[in-house]
Amino acid sequence: MQINFWNKQIETASRDEINDIQLQRLKKIVGLAFKSEFYKKKFYKAGIETPEDVKTLEDIQKFPFTTKNDLRQNYPTGLLASDFDDVVRIHSSSGTTGVPTVIYLSAEDMDCWTELVARSLVATGCTKSDIFQNMMTYGLFTGGLGLHYGAERVGMAVLPIGGGNTIRQVKYMQDFKTTTLHITPSYLLHIHGKLDEFNTKIEDLNLKRAITGAEPHTEQTRKKLEELYNMPCYNSYGLSEMNGPGVAFECVYRNGMHIWEDGFIAEIIDPETGQVLPDGEKGELVLTNLTRTAMPLIRYRTRDLCHIYDSDCPCGRTHRRLSRIMGRTDDMMIINGVNVFPSQIEEVVMNIPEVGTNFQIVLAKSGAIDKVIVKVEIYSKMFSGDASQLDSLNKRICEELKASIFVNPAVQIHEPGTLPTFEGKAKRVIDMREEI
Amino acid sequence: MIKQLNVFVENRPGRVYRVTDILTENEIDIKAFTVQDRGEYGLIKMIVDKPDEARLALSERGFACALKDITAVSVPDSPGNLKRLTLIMNENDVNIADVFGFVVQPGNLGVCCMEIHDTLKQAAVDNLKKEGFKLLDSSDFTDL
Repeated sequence: MQINFWNKQIETASRDEINDIQLQRLKKIVGLAFKSEFYKKKFYKAGIETPEDVKTLEDIQKFPFTTKNDLRQNYPTGLLASDFDDVVRIHSSSGTTGVPTVIYLSAEDMDCWTELVARSLVATGCTKSDIFQNMMTYGLFTGGLGLHYGAERVGMAVLPIGGGNTIRQVKYMQDFKTTTLHITPSYLLHIHGKLDEFNTKIEDLNLKRAITGAEPHTEQTRKKLEELYNMPCYNSYGLSEMNGPGVAFECVYRNGMHIWEDGFIAEIIDPETGQVLPDGEKGELVLTNLTRTAMPLIRYRTRDLCHIYDSDCPCGRTHRRLSRIMGRTDDMMIINGVNVFPSQIEEVVMNIPEVGTNFQIVLAKSGAIDKVIVKVEIYSKMFSGDASQLDSLNKRICEELKASIFVNPAVQIHEPGTLPTFEGKAKRVIDMREEI
Repeated sequence: MIKQLNVFVENRPGRVYRVTDILTENEIDIKAFTVQDRGEYGLIKMIVDKPDEARLALSERGFACALKDITAVSVPDSPGNLKRLTLIMNENDVNIADVFGFVVQPGNLGVCCMEIHDTLKQAAVDNLKKEGFKLLDSSDFTDL
């Protein structure tokens, strides 16, 4: 098998070399973190007074975890460690939960991120001769722009088409002889169902591979996609807090995702106790970004459950591999590749006076596409007795949800007091999507 | 004008039973009854002898319900009378949002209950009277 490298020296460095780079960079990044208001306080509380307290890689365990909540509470600039003048890019979560999480990148950070994405793409076999159709959302979401920059750096011809408009997507695949897709697995499934309609055959296309990301999917889904399209589909991992895509990526062997260990320190912890677990044990992934200078994140709890493979990979890369993400420690939903929190839906429906205090979210599959059903109760006191009022209420909830979370829900209106109520923690989300 | 009680119910078995059970418990007499089907839900529309009590009883049991003013007209039970009635509405540009009718005394008397968009124009009322239709009020209904 042809193995391509972007930076062979780093990608195949010995464990000692990787450890040296990690320690050196950890010291530097801790030093920078001390410049942020947030970490100065946090480190001081944990008894870490100077960056010199980091002497070995194991010392990272002395540091407290950083959580998504820390990012929210210190919005917008509490974690910024550099001068604002040095920031060249800001990425943010949609922020409809009330407080968004924001990430700052300097020019140097952009360069490091882009390098890692380029490295990731080359690991899947991409070269400058490839045509890259980027079907992910652009904008504040890191998936679109992250891969875009990386693919350009590799020298590929990039089609920044974004998501949606299946007819145009397929037309461009044909017209520009696209070789590489960056797409969510569910959209890739959806498109296959449409090919017949467009009288297009897989053989008419020039596809060589797909990079699938932004939503967790099972090995079965990958196999199905690979059979349908007769091309390899590569699993990728990233999160906006760690820049975005390019944290871990599969190589041509497609057996776990290499975590770029010169860029990140990955730990697996027991999500209950915070105890660090050995390789091979399943737990929550905790990441430290070793190269981001504008906004360092030390021991960030990703809430993603997975494990680390410690065996060698036949591709020759020495960076350890991450398993598929097996779930999340929190309640975030991924709907057609978009992250949605139940609280975002709650905020919308609870702002509508005709709606009662209880609601429920049902996730289902309609073909390959995720379907969201939002069930609300009519509020007795606001009921006028007209069917037209109910119709316009339904429409209004749909439109407001669409505007704020970018998913198009079906809304069901129920009688007061008929949706399940909860004592303690409510289970608002019923996920009926079968694993495919 | 007549008070009609509109009750929001989900479209699933047992809802009409539940509503009528509560009304029975409160000794409410249902004079007329229809359901407006809207797919996943429906509206039960009733004319009852004690509308305010009925609304209260259902609200207390958690139902979303409201009283609506509707226009009820007595229609002689013989061919062509519903046509005459609707022609008057049409000529006066009255839009009927929802309507139901029933026969009270076969061959003699029927009633047409109409939910009207906005209010019934005086011209329409006058025309109805001129054509011999009687607009019913709640006391007429109690005596039916």
